[in-house]
Amino acid sequence: MFAADPLFSTGIDFGVVLIALAKSIIGFLFVLIGVIFMIWFERKLIADFQNRIGPNRAGPWGMLQTLADGIKLIFKEDLRPDGSDSLVFRLAPYLSVVPAFLTFTIVPIGGIFTGAHQGTVHLFGHDTFLQVADPPIGVLFLLAMSSIGIYGAMLAGWASGSKYPLLGSVRASASMISYEAALGLSVVSVVLMSGSLTTHDIVAAQASGGSILDWNIVVTAFVPFVVFCIAATAELNRPPFDFAEAEQELVGGFHTEYSSMRFGMFYLAEFMNTITMSAIIVTLFLGGPSGPIGPGPDQVWPFFWFLLKLLVFLAAFVWVRGTVPRYRYDQLMDLGWKRLIPISLMWLLFIAGIRIGRDQNWSPVLVPLAAIGLGALTVGLLAGSMRTAAIRREQSDEDDLGEVSA
Amino acid sequence: MSDFLQAYLTVAVFGGTAGLLIAGVLGLGRLIRPSRPNPDKLTTYESGVDPVGSGFSQSQVRYYIFALLFVLFDVEAVFIFPWAVGLETYSYFGLVEMGIFVFILVLGLVYAWRKGVLRWV
Amino acid sequence: MIAQNIAFGILAASSVLAAIRMVTTKNVVHAALYLVVVLGSVAANYILLAAEFVAVVQLLVYIGAIVVLFLFGVMLTRAKLGHEGELDNDQRGLAAVTALLILGILGYVLVDYFGDDKLPQLNRTHEQLNATRGTGAVGNAIFSTYLIPFEVVSVLLLAALVGAIVLARRD
Repeated sequence: MFAADPLFSTGIDFGVVLIALAKSIIGFLFVLIGVIFMIWFERKLIADFQNRIGPNRAGPWGMLQTLADGIKLIFKEDLRPDGSDSLVFRLAPYLSVVPAFLTFTIVPIGGIFTGAHQGTVHLFGHDTFLQVADPPIGVLFLLAMSSIGIYGAMLAGWASGSKYPLLGSVRASASMISYEAALGLSVVSVVLMSGSLTTHDIVAAQASGGSILDWNIVVTAFVPFVVFCIAATAELNRPPFDFAEAEQELVGGFHTEYSSMRFGMFYLAEFMNTITMSAIIVTLFLGGPSGPIGPGPDQVWPFFWFLLKLLVFLAAFVWVRGTVPRYRYDQLMDLGWKRLIPISLMWLLFIAGIRIGRDQNWSPVLVPLAAIGLGALTVGLLAGSMRTAAIRREQSDEDDLGEVSA
Repeated sequence: MSDFLQAYLTVAVFGGTAGLLIAGVLGLGRLIRPSRPNPDKLTTYESGVDPVGSGFSQSQVRYYIFALLFVLFDVEAVFIFPWAVGLETYSYFGLVEMGIFVFILVLGLVYAWRKGVLRWV
Repeated sequence: MIAQNIAFGILAASSVLAAIRMVTTKNVVHAALYLVVVLGSVAANYILLAAEFVAVVQLLVYIGAIVVLFLFGVMLTRAKLGHEGELDNDQRGLAAVTALLILGILGYVLVDYFGDDKLPQLNRTHEQLNATRGTGAVGNAIFSTYLIPFEVVSVLLLAALVGAIVLARRD
C-alpha cells in the first residue's frame, strides 16, 4: 500500500529537476488561474442568485474583471495606520497566502489510479505522480498549514492597532481553531479507511474498485463528509460563517486597515483557500481524479474528472453563500463544539469498531447493534447531564434574582 | 540526497517561491503606486469618526477557554492519527485504549459544557 | 550528507537567533512570533532527521495550538499594543543561571544517551524509513511501550482544562 513518488527513486538527473520544476509551475498556474476564474465565477453566480448582471465589462462576460481589479489595487496608495505594528503588519499577508499555496502541493490533480498505472504518468523518461509533492504525512500537512493560516488572520487584526480588526481577528481565529478540531477528527475517518496518510494512497484506495461505492463519501457513510464540508466552510471564513468580516458588526473584519495590494493578498488567500479546500474535499471523499476513462488520450480524463468534481464544490460554496443567512457567533461555536466534535468522535469510534469487527469475523449484525446501543447510551447520558446542569443553572439564576429583590 | 528529503525540498522551494511571488507583487506596487500620506489617512478606521481611546481592546476570557479546549483536542488528534494508520494492527485492544482516551477527553468537553463556559450569552 | 549539514546549519542558526530575539524583544507578541520561528526551525530539524510525524506534531500542537493560546492570553491582558514597557526585572541573573543549568543537564543527557548514535541513513527508501520512524512506528510505540503514558496524557490534559475553567469562572 505504501508507495512513494517514484520520481526521485532513481536519483537526480536533469529530467527529474525539470519535472519537479514543471510540476511546481503547473501548480502555481493552476492556483493563480483558478483564483482569477473563481473570483469571476463567484461574483457572476452571486449576481445571478440576486437577479443582477454582475461583472460584464472587462473581457468576454466580464471574465477579466479580476485582472482589472488587481491592476487597480496595485496602483492604489498603501496606507498603514500610525498605531500599527510595522513588522507584523507587513508579515501578516505572507502568513495568509503562503500556507494557501502550500496546501495545494499535496493535491493530486491527475493520473490514472486503476490498473498498473498506480496514479503515475510517464514524463521525460520518468514515472511520477501528478501532484507537486507527496509527503508521507499527507493530510496532516493540510492541518498544519491551516493552523499557520490562523496566524495570518490573528496577526493582521492585532497589528492594525484598531478596534474592529482586533475584534474580527479574535473572532476569526477562535472560530478557525474550533473548526480545525472538527476538521481533523473528520479526516481521521478517511485515514481509517485508507490506512495511510498520504493523499496519493487515499485516492488510490478509493479508485481501486473503480466504482463510486468505493469513494470515501460512501465508505465512511456521509457523516465525516458533511462534518468536513461544514468545518471547511468555517475554516475558510466563508458565509454563512463569515464572522471575521460581518460587515454590519465589524466593518471589514481583520483586514479593515489594509489597503492596496496588501489587501489584495488577503483577498487572494481567501479564494485560493476556497479552491484548495474544495480540491481537498474532492481528494479525500470523492476519489480525486479517479473516474471512467473515455476515448482519446487517456491521461486527460483524470484531470477532466478532477476539474469537474472541483467545479461542483466551488459552485456549491457559492450556492451556500447565496442562499444561507449568516449564523450568530454563539450558534457557530455551539455547532462546532456541541455538535460536530462529539458527532465526529462518535462516528470515528463507530467506524473503527465496525472495521475491526469485520477483521475479526465478528457477527456483522451484533457489532453495529452493540455500537449503536453504546452510542445511544452515550448520547442519552450526555443529554441527561446537560439537562440537569441547565436546571441547576436556572435555579441558581433564580436564587440570584431572589437575593437581589430581597 | 534521499527521495525522502526531496519531497520536502520541493515543498520548501514551492513555499519559498510563493513568498517571493508575493514580495515581487508588493514590491512592484511600491514602485508604481502613489504615496501622499497625511495625518487623516493614517488614523485608524472607526466608522468615519475620530477613534476613541487606544486601538487595543481587551478580549474576553472565553476565547482563552476555547483555545485551551483546542489544545486538548489537537493533542488528541495527534494521538488518533497514528492509531488510525495502524487500526488493524492494534485491533480491538487499540480500539478499547482509544475509547478510554477519547472518553477522558470528552469528559473535559462535558465539564466545560456543563459549567456553561461554552455559552455566549 | 553535505546538503543535510548545510540545512542543519541554517536551521540551527535561525533558531538560535530567533531564541535570542525572543528574550530580548520588548514586545510580547513579537516574542511569541520569534518563538514560532524557533519551534518551526526545530520542526524542520525533525524532518532532516526523518522524524516527520514528530515534525508535523510540532507544527500542529506547538505552533498551531500552544502559541495561539499564548496570543489569546496576551490579548486577554490590558497591555497596550507594542508598549509593554520594561519586561525585564532584577531576576535576570537567576534566569541566566537556570537557563545554563538546563542547557547543561539536557546536553549531558543527550550526549550520554545518544552520544554514539549515527544519523539515520536518509538514502534509504521511504518504506524503510517509515518502518522505523514514520507515523506507523510512532503508533506502534504508543500502543506498546508507552501505553500508560498515553492514557495518563489524557488525564493531564483534562486536569489542565478543568483548572483553567475554574480560574476563568471565578465563582
